[in-house]
Amino acid sequence: MDDYLVIGGKKIKNRLFMGTGKFASYAMMKDALIAAEAEVATVAVRRVDTASKTDNILEYIPQGCLVMPNTSGARTADEAVRIARLAKASGTGSNWVKIEVIQDTKYLLPDNLETLKATEVLVKEGFVVLPYMSPDLSMARRLVDAGAAAVMPLGSPIGSNRGVKTIELVRILVKEITVPVIVDAGLGRPSDACKCMEIGCAAVLVNTAISISSDPAGLAGAFKGAVNAGRRAYRAGLVSPSDQARASSPLTGFLREKNEDA
Amino acid sequence: MSFYQELRTYSDFPFVDFYKNISLEQARSAVAADAHTPEMLLALLSEPAGSLLEDMGQKAHVLTLQHFGKTIQLYTPLYISDFCENECLYCGFNKQNTIPRRKLTEDEVEKAAASIAATGINHILVLTGDSRAQSPLEYIKKSIQVIKRYFSSISVEIYALTREEYAQLIRAGVDGLTIYQETYDEKVFDRVHVCGPKKDYLFRLDAAERAARENIRIVNIGVLLGLGDWRKDVFFLGLHARYLQQAFPTADISVSFPRIRPHAGSPFTASCTVSDAQLVQCIIALRLFLPYAGITISTRESSRLRENLLPLGITRLSAGSSTKVGGQALESCDESGLSQFEIADQRSVADIKSMLEKKGYQPVMKDWLHI
Repeated sequence: MDDYLVIGGKKIKNRLFMGTGKFASYAMMKDALIAAEAEVATVAVRRVDTASKTDNILEYIPQGCLVMPNTSGARTADEAVRIARLAKASGTGSNWVKIEVIQDTKYLLPDNLETLKATEVLVKEGFVVLPYMSPDLSMARRLVDAGAAAVMPLGSPIGSNRGVKTIELVRILVKEITVPVIVDAGLGRPSDACKCMEIGCAAVLVNTAISISSDPAGLAGAFKGAVNAGRRAYRAGLVSPSDQARASSPLTGFLREKNEDA
Repeated sequence: MSFYQELRTYSDFPFVDFYKNISLEQARSAVAADAHTPEMLLALLSEPAGSLLEDMGQKAHVLTLQHFGKTIQLYTPLYISDFCENECLYCGFNKQNTIPRRKLTEDEVEKAAASIAATGINHILVLTGDSRAQSPLEYIKKSIQVIKRYFSSISVEIYALTREEYAQLIRAGVDGLTIYQETYDEKVFDRVHVCGPKKDYLFRLDAAERAARENIRIVNIGVLLGLGDWRKDVFFLGLHARYLQQAFPTADISVSFPRIRPHAGSPFTASCTVSDAQLVQCIIALRLFLPYAGITISTRESSRLRENLLPLGITRLSAGSSTKVGGQALESCDESGLSQFEIADQRSVADIKSMLEKKGYQPVMKDWLHI
């Protein structure tokens, strides 16, 4: 059976979303997107220069990959809304928008309250809104009520490569939230991404780990494999761990043995 | 609140004894630490730490990669006026220099802006001398209105303003402020700023804070290495930057610390010289102390040195620089202009971009937008 993620009416096969910042060149970024076979890439609107013939990042996004503008640099809901509108007006990417509202340059942690306000406005304006958030159940519910198409809880601070430090909170969101849960930020290794997928996240978004690697395309391919493995494991069903060794059928195995007396 | 209160707590600190007595082990511990206290910053700047530059550099490189990736932001400075009422001993704009002065007309501002924008630059730094009479705020705001049509991010490096004046500039389209304290040593500050409005140490010290209170996005503070004890000045620069980061968490704080270069006028000589190795130590120490602060390296440094400094923590470079009014765009039609200081790296924007790409960095030409 096909296993698609559907957001905003778009069917997505590859559950590895990618960020496009911090690469040594746009050419290397493009190679990484191709290696990941990325279907969704997020681009900071602040970086887009549609007037430039040589430095327009959009020219380097492979065909078929959906461009999700993000509001990086926004400090308030109002700034995020204005950035999203500018993206729309300049034809930057799709009608998707990843909302980032950050009031803290040290940890780059999102401001959930301002994020909610921006979500409420942009959903009404017809955007497919994916808010980047600190994993908080009440806030995730409010975002869903406001019309968010997915929620994007952080695994750990942006660029930290520390992995899914918020896993217990993300697990709660996966259980309770009705829209796709996409872990964004902090994933440093393919195994981090795999772990997110194993617990039932709909997708992950990775940027820094790939972009600052000495072989971005190679690592992008590794992340893709890990995301796929984690997703397959989740669908197959993982068994619970046990403290003790257990033979395959110590007590009831006889029921499956042939009855030689018969 | 003012950073001055924190600064004053060090008024009796025995800096010289501290440098003398610090051990190599203490310096090693400071290098190894994940978070750095002010005393650790001093240890990183100490003479013993000078023998640990490679280890420090490796750590600084990793931190810079993590926070900024393989990118370097480019900008170009544009001087629009060199009239000045100050007598700063180290500066070519010193009012005692009897040379022809000028300020750009609106048409000239437009011509210079268009010329710089044609190089692909999207971030501009607008500079004036310190003369409210010749380059009043209204003149600067009018110039910004013209410049805004060509650039997505505008910073200013002008005389210190009041809070309300910064608010006016932000409303006009400015999103960044560069302001150098030059030296944090009050006695040296008083000596090298013979007269003029810049002589007001406190008004200048608090300028960054006034702009940040008005919600400016980018604040770049700096010192001029060679005026006072360089270790002390870099130490206080680090403390000042951290103070601003903590007080204004939404602002991007960055630091600059050029070395004194020759200039027209009186032959001012630095009270202390800073070697290349010591400049490297400053960059690395500040990167470890301020992992997510921007660090700009000046065109006062040679092209070779600038390239070698890149991986150690640099995040911003100027390109296509000129320290004459009108910049490279108008230089050809006016040979009489005065330079604020001599620049050592005179490469064009295209040359700097090409160099960065060869070294494995993405030159970032645009990183903001008017919203």
